[in-house]
Parts: sequence; structure tokens; C-alpha cells
Amino acid sequence: MKISNLCSYFALTVAAIFSAAASLFADDNLFPADTLQRLEESVVVAYRQPEKTIPAQTMQGETLKKLNSLSVADAIRYFSGVQIKDYGGVGGLKTINVRSLGSQHVGVFYDGVQIGNAQNGQVDLGRFSLDNMESVTLYNGQKSTGVQSAKDYASASAVYLRTRKPVFKEGRSYSIATKLSGGSFGTFNPSILWEQKIGNKVSNSFNAEYLTTTGKYKFTYTRQDGTDTSDVRRNGDVRAVRVEDGLFGDMKNGEWKAKVYFYDSKRGYPGAVVREEPGRFRHEDRQWDTDFFTQASLLQEFGRYKINASIKYAYDYLHYLSDPRVDVSTMYVDNHYRQQEGYASMSHEVEIFEWWDIDLATDWQYNTLTADLRDFAYPSRNTLLAALSTSFRFRKIKIQASGLYTFVHDATRVEGAASEARNKLTPTAVVQYIPFDNVNFSLRAFYKKIFRMPTMNDLYYTFIGNKNLKPEYTTQYNLGTTYSNNWMYGAFRKIDLTVDAYYNEVENKIIAMPTSNQFQWTMMNLGFVRIFGTDVAASTNISICDKAFTDVRLTYTYQRAMDCTDPKSLWYKNQIPYIPWNSGSAVIGLTYGRWNLNYSFLYTGERYNSTANIPENYEKSWRTSDMSVSGTFDIRNAELKATVEVNNIFNQRYEVVRCYPMPGTNFKIILTVSI
Amino acid sequence: MALAATFILSSCHEDPLLPPGWEPEQKETVYKYPGFFLLNEGNMGSDKCTLDYYDFTDNEYQRNIYPACNPQAVHGLGDCGNDLKVYGNKLYAVVNGSNLVDIMDLATARSLAAVSIPNCRAIAFKDCYAYVSSYASEGIVDIANALGTIYKIDTTTFKTVATCTVGYQPEEMAIYGNKLFVANSGGYRYDNGDYDTRVSVIDLSTFKEVKKIEVAPNLYRMAVDRLGHIWVSSRGNYSDVPASLSVIDASSEKVIKKLDVDATGMSMAGDSLYVYGYDWKDNTTSFGIIDINTLECVSDKIIKDDTQSDIQSVYGIAVNPESRDIFITDAKDYMTPGMVYCYSREGEFKWAAITGDIPSRIAFSTIKKKK
Repeated sequence: MKISNLCSYFALTVAAIFSAAASLFADDNLFPADTLQRLEESVVVAYRQPEKTIPAQTMQGETLKKLNSLSVADAIRYFSGVQIKDYGGVGGLKTINVRSLGSQHVGVFYDGVQIGNAQNGQVDLGRFSLDNMESVTLYNGQKSTGVQSAKDYASASAVYLRTRKPVFKEGRSYSIATKLSGGSFGTFNPSILWEQKIGNKVSNSFNAEYLTTTGKYKFTYTRQDGTDTSDVRRNGDVRAVRVEDGLFGDMKNGEWKAKVYFYDSKRGYPGAVVREEPGRFRHEDRQWDTDFFTQASLLQEFGRYKINASIKYAYDYLHYLSDPRVDVSTMYVDNHYRQQEGYASMSHEVEIFEWWDIDLATDWQYNTLTADLRDFAYPSRNTLLAALSTSFRFRKIKIQASGLYTFVHDATRVEGAASEARNKLTPTAVVQYIPFDNVNFSLRAFYKKIFRMPTMNDLYYTFIGNKNLKPEYTTQYNLGTTYSNNWMYGAFRKIDLTVDAYYNEVENKIIAMPTSNQFQWTMMNLGFVRIFGTDVAASTNISICDKAFTDVRLTYTYQRAMDCTDPKSLWYKNQIPYIPWNSGSAVIGLTYGRWNLNYSFLYTGERYNSTANIPENYEKSWRTSDMSVSGTFDIRNAELKATVEVNNIFNQRYEVVRCYPMPGTNFKIILTVSI
Repeated sequence: MALAATFILSSCHEDPLLPPGWEPEQKETVYKYPGFFLLNEGNMGSDKCTLDYYDFTDNEYQRNIYPACNPQAVHGLGDCGNDLKVYGNKLYAVVNGSNLVDIMDLATARSLAAVSIPNCRAIAFKDCYAYVSSYASEGIVDIANALGTIYKIDTTTFKTVATCTVGYQPEEMAIYGNKLFVANSGGYRYDNGDYDTRVSVIDLSTFKEVKKIEVAPNLYRMAVDRLGHIWVSSRGNYSDVPASLSVIDASSEKVIKKLDVDATGMSMAGDSLYVYGYDWKDNTTSFGIIDINTLECVSDKIIKDDTQSDIQSVYGIAVNPESRDIFITDAKDYMTPGMVYCYSREGEFKWAAITGDIPSRIAFSTIKKKK
């Protein structure tokens, strides 16, 4: 591998940073007067706010960087309506669940093209860095702006990750930012972002990152008698390399993008912390991943007609090993899975009148999965999607209606093993009403019905899979209001407030069930869930003096997610597992000149780890507080930013998932040099 | 049953569950088995294996007694229980996911020792030794063909004194005379395409495997009767070979009968073997009573009234050797608490109680548990 080359490369980076740091202390002029202006310049990067017709929450570059976040998953925790599943540690799986619909109903889009996982339907958001991220946006329902692909209509909620389009300082043709961070759990994480202008209309962005961590941390449990016992979480080590290169091109009335992404990792899976003789078994399950994709997209306007075309190829490799020579208690598993995906999309928008648009999008996707399992079916899947959408914009009212047609056809190498073809038409309707001309206040509503196909694991995993599974449907009804205002003078500069109430249903929920014994499970369409919820988000910007301001962002979520599968069950209408009734977050940032202090707080209320809401299954509420301080300094032509982070300041003992203890207080130092 | 159902509904958040219409008896009855312990497996990786206790003298069903009896415990009984037996004045719980056998005092359910045994599955006893089957194979070289192990534990010192290699992924055992019979499943070998089909015979004086008897694929449960029959169930290969039940004569070590009976679970009481079968492909449950003298199935019904349909997922069966009352456990959806149903020896419904998650094994206790 290229590890040795990378190592020497990172050694050079480290040397560069230390020499930069040395010159910092020789510099007298640490606090230039124009800091605030410059900061504001760097904050706003020609970013288009999502419209408020549909509930959407967004965080942009600087806000993202201020959070003590290692990955996209950490940042999304601060959105309302979101529950994150976190198995602890740097390398643990992190998936999100929006409005209790289930993590497989969240579409993740990277620069406009969906990241898929036909095998298990889950995208690990822990693997996406915030280094090159311009914005992270979460939509409930579907994105409702711009010419969009059929895939944009095809999930119950969606996360859009948008990488930073290169921006250059006056008269410069490149910019380079190198970052070095390290801290608790033996974490070392260098990265580089190199943006280069190629001619007038094209720029290139190269981003590479290396991450290594031992994943070791101490955790403590309390015995029934009140005394404490501690142990160390082991085998959560990760080594990962991510390399990305993106080309951004401008055209007359249009733009194009092309990207190559490569991720390679090896990690340990520490497993659940359960009773056993301490230290005897190592639980050394290991996983190797190699993900690659390349994609390109083009957007062109011809007066009233817009066209968007995208194309993608992806290859994912996964190797899982459980070796009884290392840990005698485990079953021998040594499986290799390979997935390939081809995708093409073409979408059009016609503005018939200034107040009336029609959109048509057609997508095609092809997936294959291979595995070295006995009697494996070797499935492949063709998906065709067509979306027809229309929107009307009147002075006080905006209406959008769309229909998505999905055709899914599976084939298997083994005859007769394929699931039957599916044809579905699913609708969405969105309305926004703006009652007052001079107040930025609106009412909004949406209805959306959509499904997720059973994953290839659900259908075809040897023994476990069930080819007769039906798609899992979600239906969402949402009613909300938004208010926002900006002021040029005074203390309050900006206020944004949104409140949404919703009712959701999940039908034919796909659930794993044991068969005749616990070693063999199968998948069934069993669940029916009804969800009532409220999401509240508020943000404000308060100016303290010319040099100081504070940003405050608050969210609150109430969810009543009832398992209504079986009216005869004793647990009918009990809250579904791991969904708290109450949760919320607060992020408070204080900026003084080129110094920044950030405090972030997360609260997850009491919940149960099972549909049986009984004391044995009760999970206590938890709250974590993270803090960071950063300062930016000029050293000749370069800018150095130093950040110190302290996470879980009050050393809260908690588990997001039962038997997966989370780390206590931990630290991180980040140095970034930009030229 | 309607009465029982309303009763259960009304008391779903209270711990003890009294059987309906069961008044505490006035006169003092002396029971040979004053109560039973019930093991709830709990799902793997959830650390939710729990222990319940039912007292026949005061008709009280106590859920999840282990934490209160063992305040020093961090996690409770552990992760994914697999077997539970009473021997002498001790209670033995084989906790598979925790890789240990918890040995408890029968009178108090207080843990005396936890013997660490990797991937332990089932337990059997003779004299002052316990024999624990294990899928694990210490010091293996050929990982794809690792044989299982029987651990011999001294029940006075709680130490492993010897081990013996057997077939692939051994499950239950039965002892007759000086022979230990082991049902080898080969459960990990579905990927290689071949389940184990043999019963291992171990000579307990030398603790060496002396023979392997060819029976049927994927062997699982075992029971022994007073006539020296070893009853062993096969789960079949889940495709062309169906489940079956075989009888081995302990002295000749030969299969003397093979019945076309699915015995996913079984319990021996007197001269009758009570079995249930669960066919997950068409989601049907069957029952049977087999006479050990004729080796014939004498009835395909255990529950004689109309309450059988109340059971969602049969997961265990046990017959009280004294009263011959029949206990059937119901794992429901495997993710929430199950139920235990009690039927009279005539098959009439008597009472039901809510258990922990995935109730599986019942061990009748010879000592009344102290409060």
C-alpha cells in the first residue's frame, strides 16, 4: 500500500507545521485590527440558503468547524428530530434516524449524488470528514429547490453534504490548508486541503486525510450495590485513509463538477460489554473496507429551461474476520463482500411562467453484490426512477406536487432466488403560505409517502434473507411555521425560529426474527409504527460590541413513537426502542476578534432499549457538554489556527446503545495552517 | 384464557403474577419440588439473561431475581443464557454469551462461583462432576474444522479438571451408567455444507471419546430414560433432510429407533417424553408424547383445551416430575418479555405468567428458595 509514502508525506506536513508554529512566536503583530471583517469574509461563501417550504436545517463551514466534531455524524446530532446511533469511540458505527422512521430511510447525498449501500442500506456518517465540507443540510421530506434528480424525491428524509467549492483570495491561484490534530484515545489525524485554480473557469480541490486511533478508553459501571467498577474499551482501533479530488468548472449559465473519492480503512469491532471473566477474551473481530467512487454532474441553463445530468460509478469492498485463534470464544467468520453501483440521471426544469415550473427527472441505477457465502444468490438490481413535479409560486402561496415512479427488478445468479419486480407510484405535496407582506413569517405543510426497498442483505443473505419481503413504507404529515428576521443595528442581528409538528407511519417495517434457534435469524415484514412529534429550532446572532458577537442555536424534539404492530401484545403502543420522548441541543459560540469560544450541549431524555417499556429496559437520560477555544494568528503570509477541545467536560457516564459505554472526558488539539 | 388475558393485561407492570383463580392452599403441602427456576436467554449482545423463580407453596412468580440476590453483580446473570439445571444443592446456569457457568446456591440464588468456559452450551452431571459442552476448541490450528470440547468441572472446587475433544459444535449431553453421550450439531458448518451427524460416546472413567454413533444431521437435544434409552433430536439440514428423533440403546451404543418427530425441545417425565417442534418455514408448532416402553408417539396433543393458540412462539417445555404439570414457554416476538404457561397433566390450562426475554429452560428445585 501507499502507507509508507503517506507516512513520509505526513512527516513533512508535521515539520512544516512546527516551523510555522516557531515563526508564530517570533511574530509581534498577533492581533491585527481588521480581524472581524476578515472573519466575516471567510464565513459567507456564496451559499444559497435552503428555502423554507420544507423543514430543512443547515450548518455551514465555520459553524461546523466550531463544533467539536470529528465527522459529519457528530455535527448532525445538533439538528432537531435526529437520533444518532453511536456505538462509542472514533471508529464505531454512527448512523442517524430522522423522526423515528429508521436509519435506512435517510438518503445521504454527496455533492448532489446519493451515496448508496445496497447491501445493508446504511451509510456510516462517521466516515465523512468536515474538513472540506461547505455545508451539511438535513431535509425532512425532500429537497424542494432547484432542478433535481429522481433520487432526490426517493427517501423519507435526506442529508446533503456539500463540499467546499474553491475560493481564492484576490490575486491568488491556490490555497493550501494543512491540519494536524491529535488527542485522547491515541488519535492522530493529519489532513491537507489544496485548492488550485486551473485557468479562469476551472479549479481543483484535493483533500487527503489520515486517521489513526487506538480507540482505547476507560469506562465505569455501577454495581447494584452502588460501588463502581472500571474497565478499558479495547479493540476499537482504526486506521483510515481518505483521498478526494474534485474539479469545479464554470460555464456560461452553468457549472460542472467531477469527483474521485477513495477511502480505505481497517478497524476492530469491540462488541458489546457484557458479563464475562475480565480480560480473558479479546473480542477481536476485524473489518477492512475499501470504498471508491467517481461521479460527475453538469447543470446548464438555457433561458427558461434547465438541465442537470449526473453519472456515478462506485465500488465497495468489505472484509469481515472473526478468528477463533485470536479469541477462542468466537465463531469463525471470514467473509468478503463486493458491491458495485452504476448510476445515471437526467433532469429538466421548464419555467412555463414566472410562477409555474415543471420538472421531470429520470434516473437509472444498477447494483451488484457478491459474497463468499455458501449458496449465495449473487443478486443484481436494476432501478428505474422517474419523477414528475410541478411548482406554483404566487405572492402568498407556494405549492409543489410531485409523483415518483419506481421500478425495481432484481436478478440472481441462482435461479428462482430473486424477489419479484416492484412498480410503485408515490406522491408528495408541499404547501407554503406567507400571510404578511412585510414580516418574514410563513406556514408550511407537507405530505409524503415513500418506501425503501428491502436491502440485499434483507432479501438474499444466505439463510437469513427472505426474498418475499415487501418494501417498507413511510407516510409523513407535517405542519409548521417559520419566522426569521435580520437587523443591521442593535444587539439582535438575526433570529430564526421554526416549529414543526408531524405525524408519521411506518408500515411493513422489516424486522429480524430468530428462527428455531438464536443462531439463525430471518427477516420479516412485521412492524407498524406511529409517530407523533414536534421539532423546534431557534438560532440567533447577538452583537456585543464591534469585536464581539455570539451565536446561539437551540433545538428541542418531542417524539411519541408507538409500536402498533400487534394490538394483542402487552407492549402495544409502547415507545419504540431508543427513541427518547424529549431531546435537545444547544450550541453557543462567542467570538471576540480572532478568538472563538464554543460550548455545545446535547441532551437525550429517558428511553427504553426495547418495545417492552419496563424497568429492566429503562435507559437513563444523558447530557454531554463539549467546549472548544480557538485562536487565529497571522504568520507572514500564512494563517495559523489553533484549537483546543474538551469533550464530555463533566465526565458523564452514558450509553447511547445498551452495552456500548461511551467515553468520558477527552481532549483534542488541532493546528491548521492556511496559505 | 380470556380471564387470564385480562389478568395479565391488568398487571403488566407489576412483578409478581398470581395464577388466576388460584387461592393459597390452607393445608401445608410438602412438595418434593417446592419451586422452579426459569432461565430467560435474552438476545445475544444485550446482557439480558435473567432468572425467574416460581414458588409452588405460595404461588408467587418472581421475575429477574438475580440482581437482588447478587448485589455485587454489575451486569446481572450475563449475556444469552443457554442451559439451566439443578444438581445437589446448587443451581447451574450456562451463560453462552458471557462464556461462563454461574454456580448458585439453590436456597438463596446467590452466586458461589462463575467458571469461565468459552462458548459453553449445555451441562450434565455425575457424582461430583459437572460436564459442560462447548463449541470452543482451544489451541486450534485448522479454524474451518474446529472440534468442540467437553469441560469437566469439579463441583466442590469449581475448577476445570479435564477437557475432552468431541465432534463439531456439541449441544446437549446425557449420562447413562459410566457413559457420557454428546449430541454434535455442526451448527457452525452450514457454510461448509455439512452438519455433524454423530453422537460422541465418552467413557467417564478415562474421560476419553471412545466412539461416534452415526445418527442424523444437526443434533441438538438429548434426554435419557430409566430403560437406558438415549433420546436425541436432529434439526435436519433445513432443506432436504427433515427433523427427526432417534433412540440410542446406551449399552449396545446403537440407534434402535428413528421417529419422524420434530423435537425442537423435549422433557422426560416418568415413562413419557414430551416434545414440541417448531417449523419456522411454515411457522407451525407441533407437540407429541412418546412412550419410552413402546418407543411410539402416543399423542400429538399436549394441550387438550382450546388455549394452544394463545402461544405465539413455543421456546421451551418442562414437565414437573412430581405433579406432572406441563410448563410451556413462549418467546413471543423474541425482543420483549415472553410468557410461561402451566397446564395440568391432563393438558388443561392452569395459569400463565410474564417472564423475561426469550424464556427457555426450567429447572425444578428441590429446596424452597429463601426470600
